[in-house]
Amino acid sequence: MIKAILIFNNHGKPRLSKFYEHYSEDTEQQIIRETFHLVSKRDENVCNFLEGGMLIGGSDNKLIYRHYATLYFVFCVDSSESELGILDLIQVFVETLDKCFENVCELDLIFHVDKVHNILAEMVMGGMVLETNMNEIITQVDAQNKMEKSEAGIAGAPARAVSAVKNMNLPEMPRNINIGDISIKVPNLPSFK
Amino acid sequence: MALKIVKGSIDRMFDKNLQDLVRGIRNHKEDEAKYISTCIDEIKQELKQDNIAVKANAVCKLTYLQMLGYDVSWAAFNIVEVMSSSKFTYKRIGYLAASQCFHESTDVIMLTTNQIRKDLSSPNQYDTGVALTGLSCFVTPDLARDLANDIMTLMSHTKPYIRKKAVLIMYKVFLKYPESLRPAFPRLKEKLEDPDPGVQSAAVNVICELARRNPKNYLSLAPLFFKLMTSSTNNWVLIKIIKLFGALTPLEPRLGKKLIEPLTNLIHSTSAMSLLYECVNTVIAVLISLSSGMPNHSASIQLCVQKLRILIEDSDQNLKYLGLLAMSKILKTHPKSVQSHKDLILQCLDDKDESIRLRALDLLYGMVSKKNLMEIVKKLMLHVDKAEGTTYRDELLTKIIDICSQSNYQYITNFEWYISILVELTRLEGTRHGHLIASQMLDVAIRVKAIRAFAVAQMATLLDNAHLLTGNTQRNGICEVLYAAAWICGEFSEHLENPLQTLEAMLRPKVATLPGHIQAVYVQNAAKLFATVLRSQEGNTDSTTAQETSQLMIDRLPLFVQSANLEVQERASCILQLVKYIQKLQQKDVEVAEEVSALFAGELNPVAPKAQKKVPVPEGLDLDAWINEPPSESESEDEKPKAIFTKEEPKHSRPRHTEVDEKELARRREARKQEQANNPFYIKASPSSQKVYQETPGVEHIPVVQIDLSVPLKVPGLPMSDQYVKLEEERRQKERAEKKKKEKKKRKEKRSGRGKKHDSGPESEEDITPAHMVDIVTEEMPENALPSDDDDKDPNDPHKALDIDLDKPLADSEKLPVRSHRPTEAPKSPAEDGDTESAAPQEPKKKSSKEKKEKKKDKDKDRKKSKEEKKKKKHKHEEGGEDLLGGQPDEPVVQSEEPNEEVALPTSTSAEVSDLDFWLSNAPVPSNSQEAATVAAAAPIPQAASGAAPDSEPDEPKDTEVETKSSKHKKKKQKKEKEEKEKKKKKKHHHHHHHSDGGGEESVQNGTVEEEEPLPPMSNYCLLAENSYIKMMMEDADQVCDIQGNLQDGSQVVVSVIFENKCNSFLKSMEFNVLDSLNSKLQRPEGAGPHDGLTVPFQLPPGVSNEARFVFTVQSIVMPQKLKGTLTFIVKNEDSSTHEKLDFKLHFTCTSYLITTPCYSDAFAKLLESGDLKGSSVRLEGVNMPFHHLLARICFHHHFSVVERIDSCASMYSRSIQGHHVCLLVKTADQTVSIDAKCDEPSLLGNVLDEIKQTFSQC
Repeated sequence: MIKAILIFNNHGKPRLSKFYEHYSEDTEQQIIRETFHLVSKRDENVCNFLEGGMLIGGSDNKLIYRHYATLYFVFCVDSSESELGILDLIQVFVETLDKCFENVCELDLIFHVDKVHNILAEMVMGGMVLETNMNEIITQVDAQNKMEKSEAGIAGAPARAVSAVKNMNLPEMPRNINIGDISIKVPNLPSFK
Repeated sequence: MALKIVKGSIDRMFDKNLQDLVRGIRNHKEDEAKYISTCIDEIKQELKQDNIAVKANAVCKLTYLQMLGYDVSWAAFNIVEVMSSSKFTYKRIGYLAASQCFHESTDVIMLTTNQIRKDLSSPNQYDTGVALTGLSCFVTPDLARDLANDIMTLMSHTKPYIRKKAVLIMYKVFLKYPESLRPAFPRLKEKLEDPDPGVQSAAVNVICELARRNPKNYLSLAPLFFKLMTSSTNNWVLIKIIKLFGALTPLEPRLGKKLIEPLTNLIHSTSAMSLLYECVNTVIAVLISLSSGMPNHSASIQLCVQKLRILIEDSDQNLKYLGLLAMSKILKTHPKSVQSHKDLILQCLDDKDESIRLRALDLLYGMVSKKNLMEIVKKLMLHVDKAEGTTYRDELLTKIIDICSQSNYQYITNFEWYISILVELTRLEGTRHGHLIASQMLDVAIRVKAIRAFAVAQMATLLDNAHLLTGNTQRNGICEVLYAAAWICGEFSEHLENPLQTLEAMLRPKVATLPGHIQAVYVQNAAKLFATVLRSQEGNTDSTTAQETSQLMIDRLPLFVQSANLEVQERASCILQLVKYIQKLQQKDVEVAEEVSALFAGELNPVAPKAQKKVPVPEGLDLDAWINEPPSESESEDEKPKAIFTKEEPKHSRPRHTEVDEKELARRREARKQEQANNPFYIKASPSSQKVYQETPGVEHIPVVQIDLSVPLKVPGLPMSDQYVKLEEERRQKERAEKKKKEKKKRKEKRSGRGKKHDSGPESEEDITPAHMVDIVTEEMPENALPSDDDDKDPNDPHKALDIDLDKPLADSEKLPVRSHRPTEAPKSPAEDGDTESAAPQEPKKKSSKEKKEKKKDKDKDRKKSKEEKKKKKHKHEEGGEDLLGGQPDEPVVQSEEPNEEVALPTSTSAEVSDLDFWLSNAPVPSNSQEAATVAAAAPIPQAASGAAPDSEPDEPKDTEVETKSSKHKKKKQKKEKEEKEKKKKKKHHHHHHHSDGGGEESVQNGTVEEEEPLPPMSNYCLLAENSYIKMMMEDADQVCDIQGNLQDGSQVVVSVIFENKCNSFLKSMEFNVLDSLNSKLQRPEGAGPHDGLTVPFQLPPGVSNEARFVFTVQSIVMPQKLKGTLTFIVKNEDSSTHEKLDFKLHFTCTSYLITTPCYSDAFAKLLESGDLKGSSVRLEGVNMPFHHLLARICFHHHFSVVERIDSCASMYSRSIQGHHVCLLVKTADQTVSIDAKCDEPSLLGNVLDEIKQTFSQC
């Protein structure tokens, strides 16, 4: 079982948090903080597993994370998950995000956290892995987005226009903070089918 | 209407949407909280509007705020509103918000039941999907009960997208509503074979999750999973299944035996590291579950360890970490095989990654021996110095102590060294483990009598330098050691050189700054020292020293009398009065020493920590019974105290219902605990009764050998453990020299005619004798102690409720509740639900008209009953098993004492069990069970059936007669074959599979259960040479090759040779030598001549086998070649030893130069297109084996990997150690296999193809 999925940036700001067990908001924040604290002090070239995320679950649990440019993707899992498998899953997740947002960067996650949730929902459900095939995930996400667009129809057009205008005069929306190594294949892990 | 919508949306576009909110927050970095609170106010306004779009927008923003840590539960109702929107866009927002912030105590959840049900049955698959996803996060027991039936219907939905989600969510439903498990299980099982791989994977996922918690209920699914394992190509599914098998094997050893071969094959063939790793893990689990020391599985262990070594040596830190993790599992049962990789693990201790260092530390635990303990600990101490002030250092400290103290200090040869190590550890600043060091000091000093004098001297030094330890209040963790030091000095004061000085040190004013419990020990032991001083001065005409000592006590003790700590105060004032009285007597010249030392007379015996628990309850004593009946409420209160205090209360009695209020009781209990904790006589917190001050005769009987005086007892200042390492080294050398002398003498006497011999074999464990004999006093246990150790499971575990027998047929009452549509009936349903909830879980199948009455009965009763029934059932199963297997002892079924008076069980269940048994038992067994009989008839003749026997025969007495006979027959045959081979001077070195006479047929026998045959077992080890003493098995050219370096001359081939001692004598001084050819050379250590042999780095006790690896340098690899070699060794009996010799021939096939290298299909295609490769082809006729077997064989024996497989056609790839690419295209049709091959080196290719051909002509 996956107990929680957290994404935060190099400064510990949460970009997505998904807990598959209930915690109060305060505890959730504390978990994010502690996880960040644990993960951020690790060097780049050390292993991606961490024991001792005591807040969630206890000794059976492990933190498995990957660091992409400005973002940490952390999965908290118990012993029924394969460590290398989860690492692969994170890679699939990031690659999917990359496809869905076309060259994903941290800003996409900041402004469209709801979309990230929707993508994640097609991969992991209630803490269990639902789908690992990237094409299948993208197909389902696209189909749902299409539906959303057709529902918005004419009525949605003005809102989109306004939103576009709002985004236009925003100098703070550079797209150059690219997640550099995002498309790099993991060397030792032939990806799953 | 349309106008209104447009107007609404125009209004809306000036509302803040999520992006605006995020932007706003980013622009208000200084006053973020304030900005958000105004936003929340806005959101509250928006939620009040009727427009659902506005509400959805607001909810969307709330979801974001929730992530930032704001409580949004106040909007729960609005979330439900948005969830119930008919538009998918809003629905999705609503469900997302709900999944993020709803939980079991959210009260509006009960409003959602109907909405969710509606969404589940929506014609739009995404409505359903979004509802399922949301529900998976916030399902409650009520929702689970009400919706279980709807979700179960969805499991058979036409769309796989819905099916897989429905299957997955069932796990959550089971957790919340365990009663649904049995009715839903058959369908879940069905989904394991769903045509859609996604659904299949989901089902595997759910069942694995279930089985992990209650594995025994899922044993019957093993054959199904086995089939999936051999057929599935989805690595996720494979990993899950393999992990599941890891959980099942401890329950059923026979399963493990069945698994080991397919798993080994997977290990060889897979290119996915994740899968490889899980396979290795499960193989380890299997080997642990099988009784250890089975010779047949040493190869598997070797394989695992070898693969793990590759992982650990990898540059990827993740693999390194996992390799170490898995290694530690092997360590528990097969420490020997891990020990040979000590170098690697020590190397990992220097890794920069802390996780890896920690893992390596764990492994060290099993690496130590008498020989290397000092060396390893020395290394660790170096690390301790380096790792100043980190948690890692604390970890190191505990590990050092763990390693040294493991299995009753088994590996410590010199306790003085150990004490010095402990003392050295006390110099660590800021460690949390002071108490750990202290307890070790106490333990060693108490239990190792011979060391007491030394320990006391050291402790006295410690006490003298106490200011070093306590200088800083922050370092108080370490001052715990003073507790031990003071106690040891006091208790064993007779060994003290200068008791007066120590006494003085213990009464320094600075002591008052120590924690209370330590002061208390100081005071108490000061009194002991005082007694010692008095006794030493007794008979001395000059009594000034004695009187001075009394004065010292009287001067210093008042400081402690003022202590805030009660314990210290009490002891100090008591002792102070005593000393004052003694002083009076002294002034009158009365001899008091005798009496004073009588206060502390007697020997302390160490008591086992569990001793108290193990005291058996005397017969007739009911600890739960009331001593006095609790008074009824009406009784007058004043009578009670009398009745209570007049009677004697036995220990262990329950806290009684007394007048004393709870607080008072708790306080007393606390005080008593405190006291016990502070009292050094309560060793290891085991209370009372055992610490008796009496002369125990047993202790005196133990001979205490005098301490070897070659080791200096007094070490000036604080001791240095290092010097012991040197001393120990010298001592051992001396011993060895002496031994050699003796041996030489012996040898000279025996056969003086023989040539010179080297005796450089490594020192074995037995050779090392401890520096001085120590009798480690074992801990005391009460007489007739109970052996059992019960560890209770966590009663709060939600998975406990899912411990449900799934093989029982469904009862009517267990059907999932279906909500009726008529409102008139609605009120009834909750009551009904309640009933089923209580009655359903394990209701037996047998139901009569009484059923309804039973339902209404007490819950508890029902549970008990069902438990009983379960028990009976198990009993039944066991019987069934016995029928089939002829009463095997290792059948893992709980023994039930209940008499078996029940009527026959439903046949279906027993059939299922027997199916499993049948599947697990390696051969059909004649049985009266009809079913089994028919299957047995279908199975091939016994000869074939016994195929699997050689593998399992030695440790399985259960196999029937026919079987063992035939397998013996087989064995004989094998032997003959071997003899023949020997006669032929071992010309044949080709792949002789020492298993192969089994596998193929085994699968036929399994054919009744499975459609696709599992892979036959394979092994690359072939017999190299054998005589009556030793057997050599060789695995030709392992895949560990150095290709990084210069490709021209850096090519190496590693040969693993298993040496098995077949005789009853000890084999030692083995030397392996090969006559080098021009092309290939054995790599020898520097300085060795070209004809010197290599010493095999181990000795072989009778019956043991071990593996050694030899590295060869090869120049040209295009041709196969043979090398002649000799193995010389000494056979050592009790009285004589002889020199023996065994010749062998090493055969390097071209295959052995190939390395399994994974290749992606695109790279493969490019390679073929490049046109650099030359082709060749071969046809094999009459190959009668399934295609996947064929591929597996090629992969296994010839080191290829499958690039792609389409039906009966596959492309394969491999690479030679010198970088030649070898590509194969394998096609099969009607027993004919055609292999088209391409390689950039034609002669290599030709040879490889010949070898492949040979492999298949043999089978």
